[in-house]
Amino acid sequence: MCLAIPVLIKSIEDKEAEVEIGGMICRISLWLTPEARVGDYALVHTGYAINILDQEEAEETLRLLREIAELAEGEG
Amino acid sequence: MKFITEFRRSELAEGLISQIHRQSKTPVRFMEFCGGHTVTIFRYGIRQLLSKTIEMVSGPGCPVCVTANADLDKAIALSQIPEVIIATFGDMLKVPGSHSSLQKVRANDADVRVVYSTTNALEIAAENPTESVIFLGIGFETTVPTIAASILQAEERGIKNYYILSMHKLCPPAIRALLDSGEVKLDGLICPGHVSAIIGSHPWEFIARDYGIPCVVSGFEPLDILQCIDMLVAQVENGESKVEIAYRRGVRPEGNQQALKLMEQVFEPCLAEWRGIGEVPDSGLRLRKEYQHFDAELAFDIDPGPPYEPKGCICGDILRGVKTPADCKLFGKACTPEYPVGPCMVSSEGSCSAHYLYGEGFEG
Ligand code: SF4
Repeated sequence: MCLAIPVLIKSIEDKEAEVEIGGMICRISLWLTPEARVGDYALVHTGYAINILDQEEAEETLRLLREIAELAEGEG
Repeated sequence: MKFITEFRRSELAEGLISQIHRQSKTPVRFMEFCGGHTVTIFRYGIRQLLSKTIEMVSGPGCPVCVTANADLDKAIALSQIPEVIIATFGDMLKVPGSHSSLQKVRANDADVRVVYSTTNALEIAAENPTESVIFLGIGFETTVPTIAASILQAEERGIKNYYILSMHKLCPPAIRALLDSGEVKLDGLICPGHVSAIIGSHPWEFIARDYGIPCVVSGFEPLDILQCIDMLVAQVENGESKVEIAYRRGVRPEGNQQALKLMEQVFEPCLAEWRGIGEVPDSGLRLRKEYQHFDAELAFDIDPGPPYEPKGCICGDILRGVKTPADCKLFGKACTPEYPVGPCMVSSEGSCSAHYLYGEGFEG
């Protein structure tokens, strides 16, 4: 039930944002993430952004996973 | 889609899997607390990809499954009051209470409406001023702030016919109760990712410190889970127990302060009953005094009578991780997703449903 999906924030008006979910434009609430900016990716749960995704951390995790994969290939 | 496809890349999964196989020497049992993780693990066949040394058990992290029959009965009793509209997330519709389900009472004229967000429930209240809209508040820390926000919005907009039935649950106290029971021995805990997006990683520290169990917060894509298991294995093999985050793009150690502030403003902890675990102090939430006029239980007089548990259903034991769906005599026979006997088969995140859909737990 705690499903939350990453969506791109397209525009913001007051405490609401417009986002695209599966090709459809939806409105989500920013009550829980007042720091949200256009261009951010938000984690959306039941119509509310519950967090803003950290893009740098995502890149860093992927870099680490690529390193692990290269290491495994080298040994395998 | 960004942040999804990258975390499903099979070549990166292979790297993690071979690292897990290389590192894991000690036999371990890891629990995924969260039903969302259970679904990822089954959907991608992750149990089968791991070393033989690693046993995975599912925990009680599905809010629908842990809702006690006594609470479901209250929701059903509220639906019988004239001029009441019940607004609920769809997951709750089919769950059998002691004598009926919301789906059945809806077929008998109760006004039960499925909503995707509390904002929909608020709109229904605004559009139907002569009726009372009762939102069924189920969910963990992930969902609670959205319900707190709806109450503050109702206050701000002067909506006076909006109520909630608070059946919310807090995760850390339930895990403590589970560990204190001594029934299930764990060597690592996959901590829920979206609960942690709100509460952060600090509230898990007592598990690593007091119980010596490694904890890693995980996201919901297959690479997230594999990375989390890899980190748990590393802690076990290094003789460590600490709290780490494998889901750093979504979870900060301090959580979401704004969400926590709203939750704290509207709710206070109270005793709550969990299916399978029983009563756990400070694991539920009730409205604070200032917001009690939104409390459906105080506003309406109901007497649902004593709860009754379906015969033969062992959801409670499954939720505690001491039994699996294969141990249930009804599994796949009298109990299927179409005709569910217990909540673990109703909820798409329940263990019985995951086992059924992905073909595990059947005899022979
Ligand atoms: S298979 Fe059905 S009856 Fe058995 S424990 Fe699961 S939900 Fe309950």
